[in-house]
Amino acid sequence: MNALPQQLVNGLLLGSMYGLVAIGYTMVYGIVQLINFAHGEIFMTGAFGALTVYVYILPNGTSMWVALPLMLIGAILVAVLVAVGAERFAYRPLRNAPRLAPLITAIGLSLALQQAVWAWYPDAKSARTFPQISGGPFHIGSVTIQTGDIFLLVAAPISMAVLGYFVMKTRTGRGMQATAQDPDTAKLMGVNTDRIIVIAFALGATFAAVGAVAYGLKYGQIDFRIGFILGLKAFTAAVLGGIGNIYGAMIGGVVLGIAETLATAYISNIPGMGKFGSQSWADVWAFVLLILVLLFRPQGLLGERVADRA
Amino acid sequence: MTALLEVEDLRVAYGKIEAVKGISFKVDAGEVVTLIGTNGAGKTTTLRTLSGLLKPVGGQIKFNGKSLKKFPAHQIVSLGLAHSPEGRHIFPRMTIEDNLRLGAFLRSDKPGIEQDIQRAYDLFPILGERRKQAAGTLSGGEQQMLAMGRALMSQPKLLMLDEPSMGLSPIMMQKIMATIAQLKSQGTTILLVEQNAQAALSLADHGHVMEVGTIVLSGTGQDLLHDESVRKAYLGED
Repeated sequence: MNALPQQLVNGLLLGSMYGLVAIGYTMVYGIVQLINFAHGEIFMTGAFGALTVYVYILPNGTSMWVALPLMLIGAILVAVLVAVGAERFAYRPLRNAPRLAPLITAIGLSLALQQAVWAWYPDAKSARTFPQISGGPFHIGSVTIQTGDIFLLVAAPISMAVLGYFVMKTRTGRGMQATAQDPDTAKLMGVNTDRIIVIAFALGATFAAVGAVAYGLKYGQIDFRIGFILGLKAFTAAVLGGIGNIYGAMIGGVVLGIAETLATAYISNIPGMGKFGSQSWADVWAFVLLILVLLFRPQGLLGERVADRA
Repeated sequence: MTALLEVEDLRVAYGKIEAVKGISFKVDAGEVVTLIGTNGAGKTTTLRTLSGLLKPVGGQIKFNGKSLKKFPAHQIVSLGLAHSPEGRHIFPRMTIEDNLRLGAFLRSDKPGIEQDIQRAYDLFPILGERRKQAAGTLSGGEQQMLAMGRALMSQPKLLMLDEPSMGLSPIMMQKIMATIAQLKSQGTTILLVEQNAQAALSLADHGHVMEVGTIVLSGTGQDLLHDESVRKAYLGED
């Protein structure tokens, strides 16, 4: 179980989940220079959206193969609605305010969303069971992949491919790049930057919702707090990859996931470090990595700036 | 004949400070009109208002028979008004070709776009040689060429150029001015904002001298070029 290939695969899976959520941080930051600290809660509401579809909408005992696509749609709908609502009613009125104002709003919104789910979602005061895909784990050579992770294995690469195509090849995607680089000039080209901002929030929420379904399948239960630590991890992944860079978000996620997994698995083998290897230290190592990146490569792994000559 | 652009008593303010205090001028199809004046005269503010980036507090802007005040910035380019902004503002992390394509953002006639990209490369061969290069790596003069080429990609009825010669070497400045002359001879209507009054007035059919938010003097390019007060104030003669 401690073999290196297994740990790498575990890290890759965990990391692609971080990466999916990190896309939302990086896209919104790239367009409006806002760290949307409520993004973790958008992820969380997505998970509850999926749960709602399974528990309250579909008939009892629906096969997961039928339910899963519908749950994904439910997760995306809820997350996009929350994100677009947040943009419209919380962030847009503050578009020209000092940068601290939307940041504080984001933190407030994050708490409000947690408390709303806690207070109003049925039985959400404790963890709720998330439906699982039945069937045993899969074995590829010496590596075991849990059934719940199959979804991630399929969804993460598809999501990245869709996102890459959208940003690089579509007209809206090019408008998005232009808005990220120079919003006023983008308007002069005919880009409706207000619409681009809404699309950035919606896209980020979509990928967070995919991550949320993956989370539910992976851990088997969700609660109103899951967005907090996961949001911080995804934010770390976004910074790690170079905030504003969508490929960086995915790579940052994978690097973070693998680093965390390896640290948990192997750090206790170092003499004197025995007690630092347990699962409860995983978060510590993830944030140590964030601090190291901020100290030594603050622009992130893929962060780069072509000199903007005057 | 009605003018292509008609500005009447235009007022623009930043908060309580009025930067443009009621100016009027017009641009006829096919002519080059220049606004000259020192820093802070309100020239750039005027152009940014025409393209919708700033909202006027008073006055009328009529372009091609329509009032521009109703339109948000991103719709104005589709009416035929293109703006090459002060400081060039090319998209630094995109290639030169992608910058040009963004100039045609609202067009969907693919063959026409390809043709116009080729025309931009004919106008500025250096851009064609470097088409796959990130625009941020170009020199200031090359970036100016790209900004002008990009503005032309929308097939504008009126091209607004804000300080195209700013910060350029004398040779590069001559090149840019020669290009503007070439565009004029092809019939492009141009509203040119310049601090280099000599070069701008030599090209222009009409010129307006702006001082702290008002137009203090108007005339044909040649008249202004030979006007005593203009020569003293802007052409550095005693």
